[in-house]
Amino acid sequence: MNSAITTRAAVLGTGQTEHRTRRTDVSMAGLCREAIDRALADAGIEWSDVDAVVLGKAPDLFEGVMMPELFLADALGATGRPLLRVHTAGSVGGSTAIVASQLVQAGVHRRVLAVAFEKQSESNAMWALSIQPPFTMPVGAGAGGYFAPHIRSYIRRSGAPPHVGAMVAVKDRRNGALNPHAHLRQPGITLESVNASPMLWDPIRYDETCPSSDGACAIVIGDEAAAEASDRQVAWIHATAMRTEPTYFAGKDHVNPRAGYEAARALWRAAGITDPLEQIDAAEIYVPFSWFEPMWLENLGFAAPGEGWKLTEAGETGIGGALPVNPSGGVMCSNPIGASGLLRFAEAAMQVMGRAGEHQVEGARTALGHAYGGGSQFFAMWVVGTAPV
Amino acid sequence: MEIGFDYTRSLGPVLSRFMTALAERRILGCRGSDGRVHAPPLEYDPVTYAPLTELVEVGPAGTVVTWTWLDRPLDGQPLDRPFGWALIRLDGADTAMLHAVDAGSKDRMRTGMRVRVRWAPEPVGHIRDIACFEPLTDSPPTLPGPTAEPVTMVTTPIHLRYRHTTSTEESRYLRGLAEGKVIGQRCPSCGKVYVPPRGACPTCGVPTVDDVELPDRGTVTTFCVVNVPFPGQRIPPPYVVAYVLLDGADIPFQHLILGCRPDEVRMGMRVAAVWRPREQWGTTPQNIDHFQPSGEPDAPFNSYAQHL
Repeated sequence: MNSAITTRAAVLGTGQTEHRTRRTDVSMAGLCREAIDRALADAGIEWSDVDAVVLGKAPDLFEGVMMPELFLADALGATGRPLLRVHTAGSVGGSTAIVASQLVQAGVHRRVLAVAFEKQSESNAMWALSIQPPFTMPVGAGAGGYFAPHIRSYIRRSGAPPHVGAMVAVKDRRNGALNPHAHLRQPGITLESVNASPMLWDPIRYDETCPSSDGACAIVIGDEAAAEASDRQVAWIHATAMRTEPTYFAGKDHVNPRAGYEAARALWRAAGITDPLEQIDAAEIYVPFSWFEPMWLENLGFAAPGEGWKLTEAGETGIGGALPVNPSGGVMCSNPIGASGLLRFAEAAMQVMGRAGEHQVEGARTALGHAYGGGSQFFAMWVVGTAPV
Repeated sequence: MEIGFDYTRSLGPVLSRFMTALAERRILGCRGSDGRVHAPPLEYDPVTYAPLTELVEVGPAGTVVTWTWLDRPLDGQPLDRPFGWALIRLDGADTAMLHAVDAGSKDRMRTGMRVRVRWAPEPVGHIRDIACFEPLTDSPPTLPGPTAEPVTMVTTPIHLRYRHTTSTEESRYLRGLAEGKVIGQRCPSCGKVYVPPRGACPTCGVPTVDDVELPDRGTVTTFCVVNVPFPGQRIPPPYVVAYVLLDGADIPFQHLILGCRPDEVRMGMRVAAVWRPREQWGTTPQNIDHFQPSGEPDAPFNSYAQHL
C-alpha cells in the first residue's frame, strides 16, 4: 500500500459538536455544519480551499434516511465537488478519515474534508440493532447483549478482577469532565458509584456503557504543500491500516479478533513502531463498554494476551500514566456512533497538535486513533505525529 | 418480515419556520446568495455554502414545469386515485418542488398549466399539510390560517416489508425444523460444521453440500443477562441470552435460556432445546422456543474455549 503514496498527508484542523443526548436545536445538516465550520476555522482555510468531501455514517436505519449524502450535499459543501460516502458500521468514522487521507496521499486532491455524524435521537439504535436477519432466533438483546457475552469470555480467559471495568469507567468519565465537548462529564464518579449502578447486560453495568449521543466530527486533511502553508501545528499521518473479518465463523475469536490484531501489526510496521507501549504517547481507542479497554490493549499489542487489565489496574492508562488511553473521555463519554471513530482519529491528531486543551497529554508527539465496528468485524486505525516521518 | 419506526426530525431554524408557516397555510422559500428563491427552502446556499436565513413567502399557486402520469398509486402516496407527478414552480420561487396534481385525468395535465395548493383539512406543521395541488379554477383559494405555535420537530413513520427467497440449504434447514430436526452443513475442506447452513464455508470459500443432522442439545459457551428494556423486545427482562454450541457443531448461535433462574446460568452449562407444541411447528427456527438446563454435568472449559 505504501508504494502508492506519492505525498505525505497531515491533519490541518479538526472540529466537533457539543455532543448531547438530543440536539433538537439543529437538523442533521446543522449538526454536520457545526463540526465542519469549526474544522475549517481550526485549519485556517476557506470553502474554496476544499477539493473533495468524504462523509461517514453508520447504518441508515439509525435515522431512517436512506443515503443521507443526497440531501446533505449542499450543507456539506459538496456541490461542484466530489462527494464519497463511506460505510463500515461503527468503525466508519475511522474508515472515513483513512479514505480522505488516501485521496491526498495518492496525489488526487490537495485538501479533503472528512465528516461523520449520527443523530441518534431521531431513532433508537437499540431497536435498529435488534432486527434479526431471517433464520436466526429473534432473541432480542441489543448492542450490549451482543458484546456482553464476549466480555464475560474475556474475564474468564484473562482472570481479570471484576473491578477493572469499573476502573475504566471512572477514568474515562473523569477525563470527559476535562473535555468541553463531551456528552457525559462526571468529575465526581467513583468505583463505588459505578458498582452501585444498575446491571444492564450482566456483566455490563449502566455506568460501564457508552451513552447514546447526537454529534458530528470533521477534519481537514492536506498534502505536504498544504501542511507547509499552514501557520499552525499539523498532525502528520504516519500510517493507516484497515482490516475486515466475518462477524461469525467457526473459530472466530471475539476477545482477540484476528482482523484487529493484523491491522495493528500492519500499522506498527508501517509507522516504524517496534514497541507501541513505549513509543505511543496517547491512544484514543474505541471503547463503547469499559471492558473493551483491556481487551483492545491486548488486541493492539500494547500488552500480551490476558495482560491488558494489568495496565488498566496499575493506572497506566490514565493521563500521566505510561499510555494515556482516551484522555478525551472516549466513546464512554460521547457516542454519536457514526462520528465516534472520527472523534478518536481527530482527538489523536489534537494531542500531537497540542490543541487538546485541558485533556492534553503533556509532550504527546505520537498518538494512535482506533475504531472498530459491526460485531468486531471492521477495524480502522492510524498513527499521527507532531513531526513528519 | 415487517419493520417500522416513528422517526423524528429536529428541524433547525430554517425548516422550523417552513413547517410553522405550513401550519398557517403559508409556504416559505429562501433567498440564496445569487438572488434565486428556493422553495422548499434550503438550509445552506448551494453556491457559497453559507447558512441561508432570508425566508420569503411564495405561492400558493404555481406553474407545472414538467410532469408524468401515475395510473396506479402506491400506499403512502399523496392520492389514492390516478394523479400527475409534477415539478411545480410556485409563484415567487425560482426552483420547482415535486408534488402530486389531482387533475382527474391525464388529458387535463400539460406543461405550463397553472395549479394551486390544496391544503390538508387541519394543518399541523408537517410537509403533509400540502395535501396535493389542483388545477387553478375560478373558485376562491383557501385563505391562510391563524398564527401557529412554532414547530421544531416532525415525526416521519417509516415501514419496510421484506420477502426473503430462501436458498436451497436454507430451505432444507427450515423444512428440517418443521420435522423437529436441526440440519447443519460440514465444510469439505476444514470439516467445520455450520448451523444454520450457509452453502459456503466463510473461511475456506468452498461450497458446503454435506448435510449433518445435529442433536438439539449443547453447551452454553458464554452469555449475558439482559436487564434492560427497549422497543421491540419480545419478553420482559431479566432473561438470559446465551451462545449455545450444539454437540457436533463448530459455531454457536444465540438463544434464550429459560427453565432456571438467570443467576444459575454459567459458562459450560449443558442445555437442551424446548420445542413448542408440535401443532404450532412451521418452517421456522421459532419451533425451538428456548433452551433449558439438561441436568448433565458442566462441560469442561477446554471443550468450548475455541468457540468463544
